[in-house]
Amino acid sequence: MKKIAIFVAIVALLALPYFGNNYIVRLATVMMMYSVLALSWNFIGGMAGYPSFATAAFFGIGAYVGAILQANGIFFGAAWFAAGLIALIFAAIMGRAILHLRGHYFAIASLVMVEVLREVVNTNDQITGGGMGMNIPILKISVEASGMLFYYSMFVVALLTLATTSWVYHSKLGFGFRCIQQNEAAANMLGVDSTKYKTIAFSLSAVFVGMAGAIYASWVNYIEPPDVFDIFLTIKPVVMVLLGGMGTVFGPIIGAVAFLALEEIVWRNFLTIHSALLGLLIVLLVLFLPKGALFFDYRQFFRGRKK
Amino acid sequence: MLYLQILLNGLLLGGLYALIAVGFSLVWGVLNVINILHGTFIVLGSYIAYFAHLYFGIHPFASVIISGSVLFCLGYVIQAGIINRVVAAPVLMTLTLTFGLDLLLNNAMLIAFTADYRKLILTDSLGSYDLWGLILPLNRVAGVGLAALLTFGLYRLLRDSNIGRAIVAVRMDREAATLMGVRVNRINAVTFALGALMAGAAGSIFSIIYPISPINSGLFLGKAFVICILGGLGSVPGAMIGGIALGVIESYGALFLGPEHSTTLAFVILIALLIFRPTGIMGRKGYE
Amino acid sequence: MKLSRVSRQFGGLRAVDDVNLEIEPGEIVGLIGPNGAGKTTLINVITGVHTANSGEIELDGQRITKMKPHEVANIGCSRTFQIVQPFPNMTVLENVSAGALFAAGAKNIRESREQAMEYLEFVGLADEAEKSATALPLAGRKRLELAKSLAMKPRLLMLDEVNAGLNSTEIDGALKLIQAISDRGITLILIEHLMKVVMSMSSRIVVLHHGKLIANGTPAEVIEDQSVIEAYLGRRFAEKIAKEKNGQMT
Repeated sequence: MKKIAIFVAIVALLALPYFGNNYIVRLATVMMMYSVLALSWNFIGGMAGYPSFATAAFFGIGAYVGAILQANGIFFGAAWFAAGLIALIFAAIMGRAILHLRGHYFAIASLVMVEVLREVVNTNDQITGGGMGMNIPILKISVEASGMLFYYSMFVVALLTLATTSWVYHSKLGFGFRCIQQNEAAANMLGVDSTKYKTIAFSLSAVFVGMAGAIYASWVNYIEPPDVFDIFLTIKPVVMVLLGGMGTVFGPIIGAVAFLALEEIVWRNFLTIHSALLGLLIVLLVLFLPKGALFFDYRQFFRGRKK
Repeated sequence: MLYLQILLNGLLLGGLYALIAVGFSLVWGVLNVINILHGTFIVLGSYIAYFAHLYFGIHPFASVIISGSVLFCLGYVIQAGIINRVVAAPVLMTLTLTFGLDLLLNNAMLIAFTADYRKLILTDSLGSYDLWGLILPLNRVAGVGLAALLTFGLYRLLRDSNIGRAIVAVRMDREAATLMGVRVNRINAVTFALGALMAGAAGSIFSIIYPISPINSGLFLGKAFVICILGGLGSVPGAMIGGIALGVIESYGALFLGPEHSTTLAFVILIALLIFRPTGIMGRKGYE
Repeated sequence: MKLSRVSRQFGGLRAVDDVNLEIEPGEIVGLIGPNGAGKTTLINVITGVHTANSGEIELDGQRITKMKPHEVANIGCSRTFQIVQPFPNMTVLENVSAGALFAAGAKNIRESREQAMEYLEFVGLADEAEKSATALPLAGRKRLELAKSLAMKPRLLMLDEVNAGLNSTEIDGALKLIQAISDRGITLILIEHLMKVVMSMSSRIVVLHHGKLIANGTPAEVIEDQSVIEAYLGRRFAEKIAKEKNGQMT
């Protein structure tokens, strides 16, 4: 039952550009990107239980690596992959440095990383254009083709992330993450190498985000440090996962869809107070639905399990 | 001589910075909540001073009383009504919650006051005093003096008053404090309110130094973070040492790297400390 | 296992002080001593939770002194905790399969669950397999803890106050289990306060006091040992007993 639903969904999503207008395709591309961000954060924050605020750092790195490579003539597809790889390496190294920290300290360290990276990029304007931003060469194809290209690219990355999430969830690795999240000391005593596992979770939370960042840069053709090293790129995925269900496979996607829907409505109607409304959403979510708004509903719906 | 001047600037700045951090550190140390609202509280304090000066001619230092009181009440209500419900929740929840609250308050201020930078110009500035060739901006000195007074006041409150000791007890051992009859919920609210009060007071004093805008809230918050990590959590002396350290570091940093990098420098130091010595220079988790 | 001159201090306090100990395979060694003697600390040092400040620890000839907890678990040394803390959001079965999956190296989750089921049957918790771990009463949680540590396929198992908080029927059940575990060939170290348990089950008893090993011998020997009596009952009482014994002998 579930597999059929997924298959249908994938086919529908593949066909989408042929039925929708430019606006719909653009929206769907954003949705794919949000899914990638949410699913990625889920590895470290939802499954392993470490409150990472580094998502924006990985996105920014991916965006700039992609931009710099493309500016030097590298084919965009390769640039995107390279961006993901660099983000992964960065996460592995950064993880070594800060994953031994617990709770608040880890959260702050990951948050501050974003700020430091933004400044570093800002300062090294020889390579990155600094505050003036970077232009990414526009592809010489039609607007519709361009829309489709970026949509499908994000879609592929989203699918990759989802597949990885599902695989991890059912594997020994995912089990280890869950053990760490519930009691890290006990997990260690049972033979889980928590340092290794945490680093893997952190790296997983980076690689697809990096790719998404690079695709984003190519998509919008112009990036500046505050755009891509934006704290909201970290907070929004957290809210999405909180909405949909921490540590689950489909929760982040459901949360991403719900969040995007809300965001579109708010942007179109309440622009001046949109961040206040986001704040309100967050407050309500944390106070009343700490496990995820759709957590129980969705599981019951799919498995027909009696509570 | 230049270096000495920079040092002096740094010390003065640091004295003010300590005030920024002390409320933040207290809330973090006692409630285990990182109050993202802290920066916005400071800005609100600045606005209160600004408008008090604009409409009533009240000197910013005097409006410390007003902003302190307003923020105390605001903080109390926010904590008792909202934050207290999740005070025992994991870090992610409390951090996200205060982030969301900050979005609300900040956006409200943006709408009310717009993002335009306001400058509070004192008509009767105290000028500066030449001390053996070193320039002492007297406004700042007065500001530091007031900040020191407030900080010292908090220190005495924590040490000597009943409520202060209750707060320290909760910080040391929450459960034991409950067993001793401390009403932890009330202490939580009072502590948070005190933190807000200090933030408001800091904002009033800072109104003569920094331009005022809701956009600046992140700047203050960032400094508060660094000072707490530098000096250790939950202790007034720690906040003072951390504040002075940051002030001096920033001053020299501005000299060598340029003032636009001073925040980054602070953050780099923060990360280095977290990686190598998370309990801060003081080396303790924060004791009164 | 061989401990040579193992020491561990915290600040000024020597929690474990120059301990020398050899344990043969298949033994059941009782580790006793007054409160605060350093028994749990010694276990923590062996399992890598704390690193020894000096000395060496060997397991079957392999040096494990500097190993981290997960490494120690992987080479066959496991322990239970005094205060039992199962993974709260997992079932009983999942808790035990964690042990099988990581330390014992089961190939995948399915295999670990099968192995876990065996151990649950062994400790008598098979019926509770799908229940949430937190739903078990204390005695059940202790058995869960036992099953978990067994699932790790240890060569050496250290049981830390496994009987604390149990009533006498539950204790008898626990003892039978411990004997069954030993019959499977697993070497055991028992930390215990209950004398009847330790005396009846151990082939050898080791006594710790202020971090130092003060006695090492058969139950009968240890019970007569002057320094042991002194550690538990105080010097004056020990002297009194010694005088009485001397009086009896002459």
